[in-house]
Amino acid sequence: MWDYTDKVREHFLNPRNVGEVENPDGIGEVGSIACGDALKLTFRLGDDKKIAEAKFKTFGCASAIASSSALTEMIIGKTLEEAENISNENIAEFLGGLPKEKIHCSVMGQEALEKAIAYYRGEPEKVLEGEIVCHCFNVTDVDIQRAVKEKGLKTLEDVTGYLKAGGGCGNCHEEISNIIKASQGISIMEPKKPAAGLTNLQKIRKIEETLEIEIKPALMRDGGNIELVDVDGNRVLVRLQGACATCSRSRITLKDHVEARLRTLVAHDLVVEEA
Amino acid sequence: MTPVYLDNNATTRVADEVLEAMLPYFTEFYGNPSSMHTFGGQVASQIQKARQQVASLLGAASSDEILFTSCGTESDAAAVHAALRAFPERKHLITSTVEHPAIKALFEKLGKEGFRITTIPVDDRGRLNMDLLEKSLDEDTAIVSMMWANNETGTLFPVEAIGKLCREKGILFHTDAVQAVGKIPMDLKTMPIDLLSLSGHKLHAPKGVGALYIRKGTPFTPFIVGGHQEHGRRAGTENVASIIGLGRACLLAEEKMAEENTRVRAMRDRLEKELLSRIPKCFVNGDLDARLPNTCSISFEYIEGEAILLMMNQYGICASSGSACTSGSLEPSHVLRAMGVPHTAAHGTIRFSLSIYNTEAEMDAVIEKLPPIVKRLREMSPFWSEA
Repeated sequence: MWDYTDKVREHFLNPRNVGEVENPDGIGEVGSIACGDALKLTFRLGDDKKIAEAKFKTFGCASAIASSSALTEMIIGKTLEEAENISNENIAEFLGGLPKEKIHCSVMGQEALEKAIAYYRGEPEKVLEGEIVCHCFNVTDVDIQRAVKEKGLKTLEDVTGYLKAGGGCGNCHEEISNIIKASQGISIMEPKKPAAGLTNLQKIRKIEETLEIEIKPALMRDGGNIELVDVDGNRVLVRLQGACATCSRSRITLKDHVEARLRTLVAHDLVVEEA
Repeated sequence: MTPVYLDNNATTRVADEVLEAMLPYFTEFYGNPSSMHTFGGQVASQIQKARQQVASLLGAASSDEILFTSCGTESDAAAVHAALRAFPERKHLITSTVEHPAIKALFEKLGKEGFRITTIPVDDRGRLNMDLLEKSLDEDTAIVSMMWANNETGTLFPVEAIGKLCREKGILFHTDAVQAVGKIPMDLKTMPIDLLSLSGHKLHAPKGVGALYIRKGTPFTPFIVGGHQEHGRRAGTENVASIIGLGRACLLAEEKMAEENTRVRAMRDRLEKELLSRIPKCFVNGDLDARLPNTCSISFEYIEGEAILLMMNQYGICASSGSACTSGSLEPSHVLRAMGVPHTAAHGTIRFSLSIYNTEAEMDAVIEKLPPIVKRLREMSPFWSEA
């Protein structure tokens, strides 16, 4: 059982400000149902330009609900300039601390607040910066570098606790460790460059080899599989099998993960499609 | 607050009869069964009696086929490693996608060490793909390990049919029966099962004792070496009191088998039916036609399991969850994922597992308390209004 503080328990059992503000000035939505937690924060400013009302809706565990409830209490009565200084650490402190595996719950609060304020100011949605490293939770190398630098994260566990990155299938553990090492100034090997000037036959063989070695073992661990059906120019036609065939997220796997690996290791113009 | 304990697939209370049988072996008959004096030697005969009681529950041909271990995980590891040593030239292992971590992690480790691992998938009800299993068996296969009953959903694998396929090809078949033993009748002397793991604390014996059934004639070399205990098959001074407790628990399970499959099953079925009728957007996981009598895995859409558990905890209701947040991992249960349970529901999955000690009044408590908890959490969920 998690070692939650009394304050976390209290905010979970009696959450403040549940719901959605009518005609909100700010809306911030983060997370997804696939990720296991999500938060929708809405607020309304008073005539004094301070946050007069803030409400949340959260899908998630006790600490996610408690963090959301805490966040609303913390921002009500504050100007946006004051509110935007609230960090995830402040949310965790407000609750008397969170287990380290649950830090991402407070990060979710901070991100929802940032988004809601950006919405009010009419700032464009932040686009993903960098390359996605953790495909389970859509976390990029830039996100990880930034978190390692700004929050002083030292281990893979720290990164997973903070960003969730690496908390799913585990395929990106090595890459995350390398990013941590690189950020600490430890040199790592350059990634393999795509082979140039392949014949068609060489290309097909390399695609087959990459699927066998890089892709299949990971899918099979989850009860799935992938079959190469055909290669037509730069189109790679594959068929998902087993658990992958019925899993809605495998479509994302196909696009993001399989395609990214093939582009890195075989040819940069490959497009993966389902046969 | 007296707990409403519905987490018996996690562990069970030690039965009064079991504790009573164990107690003299702590302070009165504390001798070492290996000793040359009567004071110690008399304990050995009690261990032998316990061995017979375990053999009887399993329907084994002989008590010599029972090896006492420290837990189900040790039994699993001993079985698999014995098979690997018996067939050192074979490098292929087969298991399923829904095994307990005791087997799952072991096979993943062996995979990293160079063994070829085939994990056979299940369908949306948790049923094993038997065609794929049959196709996967080859001359290189050292062992097939498939659980008898799934700990999360209670789904039963057709171990008789699996064992038959293995036997035809001369491949050893091991089953992790930790959840099945004591809950469903078994008769191993007539079944094609070579190795079977069980654990004491799942059937009202204490934690820290288990057993491995090794069919007569099955090649076996010890996993733990040292003294000559357990006929040289498992070294280490016997956990005497717990072994005697496990024997007594097996006798109790035999006596209560009918009750488990009638009264307990009926309670589980009523709990399930009432929850399904009172709570919208929820469904039961597993193979409803082949399932343990005590287990109910139910998914509540658009909410998260840890939150449900902690709210039930307020009323002393103990269950467990397939959600990611309860385990420290961030992904929901591999069993539910292997079955293709959508993420909208997998995170909100609760497992109730009953025992002979549960009462209808306890079911009433859950039936009364859970619907408002689900409603409250859904009102908090950003996905519910859109649903």
